[in-house]
Formats: sequence, C-alpha cells, structure tokens
Amino acid sequence: MDKYDFLDALREKLSGLPKEDVWRSVEFYSEMIDDRIEEGMTEAEAVADIGDVSEISQEIIRTTPLAKIVKEKVKPKRRLRWWEIVLLAVGSPLWISLLAALFCIILAVYIVIWVVVLTFICVDIAFFATALALFTAAAGLFFEGFGAEAVLCMGTGLVMGGLSLLTFLFVKVLTKGAVWLSKKIVLGIKACFVGKGGAK
Amino acid sequence: MDIQLKRGLLDVCVLASIKTDESYGYQMIKDMKPYVEVSESTLYPILRRLEASELLTVRTAEHNGRLRKYYRITQAGLERLEDFKREWNEMISIYNFVTREAEDNG
Repeated sequence: MDKYDFLDALREKLSGLPKEDVWRSVEFYSEMIDDRIEEGMTEAEAVADIGDVSEISQEIIRTTPLAKIVKEKVKPKRRLRWWEIVLLAVGSPLWISLLAALFCIILAVYIVIWVVVLTFICVDIAFFATALALFTAAAGLFFEGFGAEAVLCMGTGLVMGGLSLLTFLFVKVLTKGAVWLSKKIVLGIKACFVGKGGAK
Repeated sequence: MDIQLKRGLLDVCVLASIKTDESYGYQMIKDMKPYVEVSESTLYPILRRLEASELLTVRTAEHNGRLRKYYRITQAGLERLEDFKREWNEMISIYNFVTREAEDNG
C-alpha cells in the first residue's frame, strides 16, 4: 500500500465526518508518512509503520464530538430521488413517531435525573426559609416578653439552619453525580452512532 | 492503568516534549519513545484537544517543499506542567503511605 492508497482509504473511512476534520486528519497522517520517508524508510515501510487504517479512523471518530457526527449524518449527501421522497412520506407515521418516542425516552431519563436534584434543592430552600422565619419569630417573641418561647424558636431555627447547610452539601454531591450520569448517557448515544459509522 | 489517569499523563507527556522548543508530530513521538510509546492515532486527538484548550499553538511551515505543522507550548501549557508536578508530589506521598501500610501489615 502506498501513501496515496493509505490516505484515500482514510478519507473514505472518515467520510461520515465534517469535511474540515477529514482534511485535517489526512494532512496529519500525510505529514507523518513524509517524515518517515525523509528519515530513510521506503514509502511502503512508512505506511506499514503508521498502522491499520481502520483502527486510526475508529480513534478519530471516537474523539469527535457527538454534535458534529450527528449533524454530518443527518445532512443528506445528495438530492433525494422522487421515490425516496415518496417512501419517506408514506413511512412518516412510523419513523416520525419512533424517532419522537426515542427522543422522549432520552428526555425523560434526563428529567428524572434532574428532578431528583431539584427536589433536594427545594427541601434545602424550605429548611432555610423555616430557619429565617423562626429567627424572626424568636426576635418578635423576645421583644414581646415571651423569653422561653423565644429561646425555643431560636433553638428550632438553629436546627433548621443546620439541616439546610447539610442538605446544601448533599445537593452539591448530588449535582456532581447528575452531571456525571448525563455525560455517560451522551457517550452511550455517541457510541451507537459511531458503531454504525464504523461498520459501514 | 486507569484510562482517565493515563489520558492525563499522555497530555502532560506531549506538553513536556515541547517544553523547551517547538516541535513537530513525528519528532515528538520519537522524543517520547524512551519513556512512553505513543502512536500517531493516540497523538492526533491529544494534539487537537490541547490546541482546543489553548495549551499549545500550531503553525504551518514549509519544510523540504511540503508543509509541516509545528507545535509550541503556551503559558497555560507551562502552568499545566507545573500543576502536574505539584499533583505528582501529592501522589508520591500517598504512594509512600500506601506501601508503608502494606509493610506494617505483612
């Protein structure tokens, strides 16, 4: 395999990616082969030394952002023929609803994750508001001359304040967990797309 | 080795290979070879990532009638290397702690 075969093969395997990414990758590997040749290798040796085109393309696809891959996949490569348009239109009740269902499932998973976080934020706000109300009540009671009741309100207020702080710390950990999980989901979706691109 | 850890280490290795002077892809691979085996397919995404996060800059220059890309470390890149040294000192003290415990038990 000579340099041009190699670069052509790479270009073809990356054809699912945006043009600029393909061009940059080809340029990079072209330079790598040239540098090896300059060092004394023959062209065939240099190409063999670079490695397997499939593995190289897989690695590039894996490290390309999901949005880029999806955008490139969705964009039609050529004008659709009339019968393709008819088929798409006839099949639309099926594929549109399936697509919508898939989208809803992913959305639902996201909402479920973040609703848990939101719930605890609400609990935290409730604790904090209660603490504030109790402190205000304590001050009022104190000036009205109800000493014992004021101390009770003050004490309960401190407990609520403490709970609010603890909940806040918990929410911080929970948010980190939710962000991590959200990222994992994106990775999973991307893997589906890349898998198809690689098999082609 | 943990993938996340290895990824971070390779980023630092690539930055270290251009610590003193700018360099090009193949030269960087050769410079790293005695310490860590890095292939082109590993190096390429790392370079793009480091460029995107502005830890290095790229310029294209002519060399023997063709184009070659040269990579230069930025101030942020140098700071990343300093951070790594600090973090690694912590790792070493943790390592010492872990191994000492093992000896005590055994």
